[in-house]
Amino acid sequence: MPESDLETVAEICFASDWPEVRRVQREIEQALAPFAFPDRDQFYIKIALEEALVNAVKHGNRLDPLKCVRLRYTITADRFEAHIADEGCGFDPAHVPDPCAPENLERPSGRGLLLIRKFMTTVEYHGRGNCMSMAKVRTAS
Amino acid sequence: MSTARRPRITFEDIGDVTVVKFTDKKILEEQAIQNIGDDLFKLVDELGRKKLLLDFTTVEFLSSAALGKLIRLHQRLATGGGKLILCGISKTIMEIFELTKLDKMLKIVKDEQTGLNAF
Repeated sequence: MPESDLETVAEICFASDWPEVRRVQREIEQALAPFAFPDRDQFYIKIALEEALVNAVKHGNRLDPLKCVRLRYTITADRFEAHIADEGCGFDPAHVPDPCAPENLERPSGRGLLLIRKFMTTVEYHGRGNCMSMAKVRTAS
Repeated sequence: MSTARRPRITFEDIGDVTVVKFTDKKILEEQAIQNIGDDLFKLVDELGRKKLLLDFTTVEFLSSAALGKLIRLHQRLATGGGKLILCGISKTIMEIFELTKLDKMLKIVKDEQTGLNAF
């Protein structure tokens, strides 16, 4: 278990392209390492980050390299938290079809938000839907 | 001059079943998923394979975009009278299939041998 007073806080603004998404993911993976979250928590965080960053870059900023994604993350001994904002039009998460409904099961898209909701402890959308916060509380060992 | 891209899958025919293995641990990147999809659809559309067994033993991460490709592949095979089976899926990745209810739609078995016997 890491020291309880250890904390990492960072704020990044990056261009909407895939190499930047990978660079940011690697940075967060490295930042998470000293906190030694359980493997399963790390898996959940990585998947949720992947889905959230892809949503921001692809669906929010529509891969416009002139548009930025702002990411602020905080890691403590018992919690990972991220705030992600894109420059897109936003969306209403309540209007996203349930991908688990029988009529939607064969649709090839729309599962990213579900994975974020299921894998993180809390998820909130702000503003016009172009900002989101998500947090994962460390699972007790 | 054309540049050959790195193969994202390898495949082997065992009887009338084509066993596909992935060369990447992470199936996340948009371009990689597109390439994997192209390779898998080529097996079906151009090479005429009808029974595909996808072995995920090497795969540690899988995004929702990759799930979309699997659904399309399942649909394509089913339309042409073929069948898709997945095997070698880790416990963590299995959670993704369960949460999205795709374990109800796609046939998932423990390992390659079980898959070969399931067609």
